[in-house]
Amino acid sequence: MTASSPASGPTVASLQDVVVQYDGRPVLGPFSLDLTPGASVALVGPSGCGKSTALRLLAGLEQPTQGVVRRTPGRGETAVVFQSPTLAPWATALDNVALPLRLSGIAAGPATDQARAALARVGLVGSERKKPAQLSGGMAMRVSIARALATAPRLLLMDEPFAALDEITRRRLADDVMSLWTEARPALLFITHSVEEAVYMADRVIVMGPGPGRIVAEHALPDGFPRPPRFRTSPVFRDAVEHVSLALQTAMESAA
Amino acid sequence: MNRLAAIVAPATLCLALLVGWELACRGLQLPVYLLPAPSGIAVALAEHAGSLFQAAWVTLSSALLALLLAALVAGPLALSAAVSPLIERAVQPLAVTLQVTPVVAIAPLVVSWAGLDHPEYATTALAAVVAFFPLFSGALTGLKSADPDLERLFDLYGATAGQRLWRLRAPAATPFVLEGVKVAVGLSVIGAVVAEISAGSGRSQGLAWTIVETTHQLRMAETFAALFALAILAVALHAVTRSAEVEILRKWRGR
Repeated sequence: MTASSPASGPTVASLQDVVVQYDGRPVLGPFSLDLTPGASVALVGPSGCGKSTALRLLAGLEQPTQGVVRRTPGRGETAVVFQSPTLAPWATALDNVALPLRLSGIAAGPATDQARAALARVGLVGSERKKPAQLSGGMAMRVSIARALATAPRLLLMDEPFAALDEITRRRLADDVMSLWTEARPALLFITHSVEEAVYMADRVIVMGPGPGRIVAEHALPDGFPRPPRFRTSPVFRDAVEHVSLALQTAMESAA
Repeated sequence: MNRLAAIVAPATLCLALLVGWELACRGLQLPVYLLPAPSGIAVALAEHAGSLFQAAWVTLSSALLALLLAALVAGPLALSAAVSPLIERAVQPLAVTLQVTPVVAIAPLVVSWAGLDHPEYATTALAAVVAFFPLFSGALTGLKSADPDLERLFDLYGATAGQRLWRLRAPAATPFVLEGVKVAVGLSVIGAVVAEISAGSGRSQGLAWTIVETTHQLRMAETFAALFALAILAVALHAVTRSAEVEILRKWRGR
């Protein structure tokens, strides 16, 4: 995988004063966000504050009611990891990872080779022929992450990727995702309910408030990826968690 | 419940009922043209095994041919309905009407169209009519059953309509199609039997026709033997379809 350099402008994707309404009911905005190459941005906020909507706008899967969405990644250069692994139950792990490559028109042979390499990078050597029903929740999520990274995306979007996993598995997976991410550093935006996860994985944590969704606070963190071993006990980490939690609490109280 | 009990319990019940039946027939000295004893039915079964087998084949082949015809219509129709909501909207009310109209009610009409010389056309057509709906609705539901996030993934990577159909919707439809086939197999036998009974006499030679003929002639032992053959045919067909479904699904999801 080669590090992608932004050819067209400083941002990979941006939202400018976007507003999204479903049947006239406002769910998001006005909302603005720039994703620069190499950045890791976390979106936290109460349920139903439009986080997933913002993610789908950035992915180009949805159009805003008002405002401008700018995206520079071409076809196949955006990857999304959903809350559930979202694997095709009839296909093997290898075929699931090869799917985006095949859809992009890569021949079966090279696609399979790349998929095998992507599975190896997430630690799933030997599980290539297994089907999703034969994988544990953590393993299935790894296949999903391998599928997202197989195409060497310039924009990586993750919607609560570890929400369904136990604490130990999600910490291990977060470390693995971050070390894989540092290899090429695509612009990364992820949604999480865990403030600690946000502070651990992001250099920019954005707190959203509801009704309709907008930014209520932002917290910048030192880059330093991958995080050093005892980062979770450092004052920087603790202060950031405290600060973001407070902002989140305020946002949720204003919702209640 | 262990495997042995699962086999022994229904077998014991059957045996008890047969013994009760036999004893009742002998004790009450019932005339054979009212209710033959199981022993008499067994004799009839053995004596007419050849013709019963032939009749069973006639019914089975028209049911299977009907299944094939119904699939040839239901498959492409479900595909186009899955792609176009307009086609789905157009087809759905007709398909439901066809489904809820009792096949017995349209049988005389179809039998008279087929004419006395070719009652097998009517049996096949009526069996196809009843087999159509489960095949169509299973395929259509299945084609639309793919995980919405997987659909989004296909959007994301700019999949063509063909890629979406063959790599996502068709494989996602598999369990639903199998379920539809299982229901359709059972219904196609019912459709064929109804058509044979409507045709009554004539040149139809299936099991249901045998039942009607022998009843008219008060050859009740043969009637029961034909009924028995029909039940065996339906049960065997169901068992084959069911195990095929289980096997294919096991392959499909890998366990």
